Amino acid sequence: MELTAGAKLPVTGVQTGDPFIVIPVNRLLDLMQSLKNEKLFSFDCLSSLTAVDRLKEGRFEVVYHLFSYQHRHRVTLKVYLPRQEDAHLPTVEGLWSCANWLEREVFDLFGIRFDSHTDLRRIMLPDDWVGHPLRKDYKEQEDYHGISTTRPPLIL
Amino acid sequence: MSELHTQEMLLNMGPQHPSTHGVIRFVVKTDGEVMSTAIPDVGYLHRSIEKIAEKATYHGFMPWTDRVDYLAAMNCNYTYALAVEKLSGIETSRRAEYLRVISMELNRIISHLLAVGALGMDVGAYTPFIHGLREREKVNDLIEELCGQRLTYNYARVGGVIYDMPSGWAEKVLAFLDQFAPMVDEFNRLLTDNKILKNRLGGIGVISKEDAIAYNLVGPNLRGSGLKWDLRKDLPYSVYPEFEFDVPVGTGEAGTLGDCFDRYMVRIREMGESVKILRQCFEKIPSEGEPQVKVPKKIRPPAGEIYVRTESTRGDLGCYLVSDGGDKPYRLKFRAGSFNAMSIVEKVSRGMMVADLIAFIASLDIVAPEIDR
Repeated sequence: MELTAGAKLPVTGVQTGDPFIVIPVNRLLDLMQSLKNEKLFSFDCLSSLTAVDRLKEGRFEVVYHLFSYQHRHRVTLKVYLPRQEDAHLPTVEGLWSCANWLEREVFDLFGIRFDSHTDLRRIMLPDDWVGHPLRKDYKEQEDYHGISTTRPPLIL
Repeated sequence: MSELHTQEMLLNMGPQHPSTHGVIRFVVKTDGEVMSTAIPDVGYLHRSIEKIAEKATYHGFMPWTDRVDYLAAMNCNYTYALAVEKLSGIETSRRAEYLRVISMELNRIISHLLAVGALGMDVGAYTPFIHGLREREKVNDLIEELCGQRLTYNYARVGGVIYDMPSGWAEKVLAFLDQFAPMVDEFNRLLTDNKILKNRLGGIGVISKEDAIAYNLVGPNLRGSGLKWDLRKDLPYSVYPEFEFDVPVGTGEAGTLGDCFDRYMVRIREMGESVKILRQCFEKIPSEGEPQVKVPKKIRPPAGEIYVRTESTRGDLGCYLVSDGGDKPYRLKFRAGSFNAMSIVEKVSRGMMVADLIAFIASLDIVAPEIDR
């Protein structure tokens, strides 16, 4: 898949709502670089970066919402990763600075690692928390430092 | 004096600190008064709202959106409702859209009042905060009359709004606007034109336009850096194209473009613009139309996804909603302005004075629950 000025990106996901493009993980950085720097696209703003856990399909989807202040157009890109414990993909922190924290959030809540990220730590949860809550098969630990995470129901 | 050895100190500012506007911690590395950096540590208010969404029905999740940003609950209600409506193809009445805009602009005024008042308080001027709160109470009374709540409104619903305005309410809001518009000038005399405030904010915490875009700053923080960009105008939604208003931007009038004073000034001016929009709303509001169209008790949007952005008081609020065809959201993500604003603190704070960090954070108008969600 080559991306040059004038090329049209094939839309792969047609459904209700926004269309999106699925890109292979090994081309992620090339494509993102072109999308940001080519004058035709000029996606200077990474509006959102998040992930979806598709438990039944056995994959994680990392979703990028790009936007261009110059052309006022937007695009949704997705990367499919096999649903494994060591799911990982390259970071786009070098292209959009806001990706640093957004990727940390995805790492914290989904357990997806971003290669060569400068500061990949948990952001919302404590560093010694076990598990990644936004995974669909997440089971909360029973206690945290001796504090129970469950309470008896208020109404019996 | 050259033999004087100094040592770098590691200080914790927060998690409980009067000027962090909620529970946030800053790890400050400082040598005397000059910091080498301040590293924000967030997450103390993480309530896993996104996980809760996966276990609540589409209607049932609505009260949770109030808690995303408690100072702009109207905007959060609306953003979520808009995402659900777009995904399931629900059309609202024009009257409902007007009521939504009225509620959101009232919310913008009181949120900005608190933001500029608290900024004044953080740099040492206590009185303006009280003046701001006094006006805020009046709007709270009006909103209470509209929907019964003073903070977590839960007013915008999927398909419209929950109540029409009570009789005589429009006159009360217009009377408030007549009284409030000159109050902005009073606020300027009290705070903005104060030389000490200008010195405290001018040239401090400068964010260039390039940085603002790279860190995806939104709303007044982005406009303070000189980019004329307002979703209400540039990617319009609801009935905003029908109103005439200006988009204030930073001009660098107290020092450098993109400094704390520019962000402060954008908020002061936006209150005036909201007053303009509200006046036009009451002139143009259609007298017919249901406040809420008929919506199924259990919404099941077709499988798909949507990403909507609206101009909340803290700027561009993104809501990413994925449906698998069931009666609960499969995945919901709020991309909040405060989160991105927080991520730039580490970069901008390098070489700043400790006292200026307080002014800088206040000028970003951060709401802690919106960072953590």
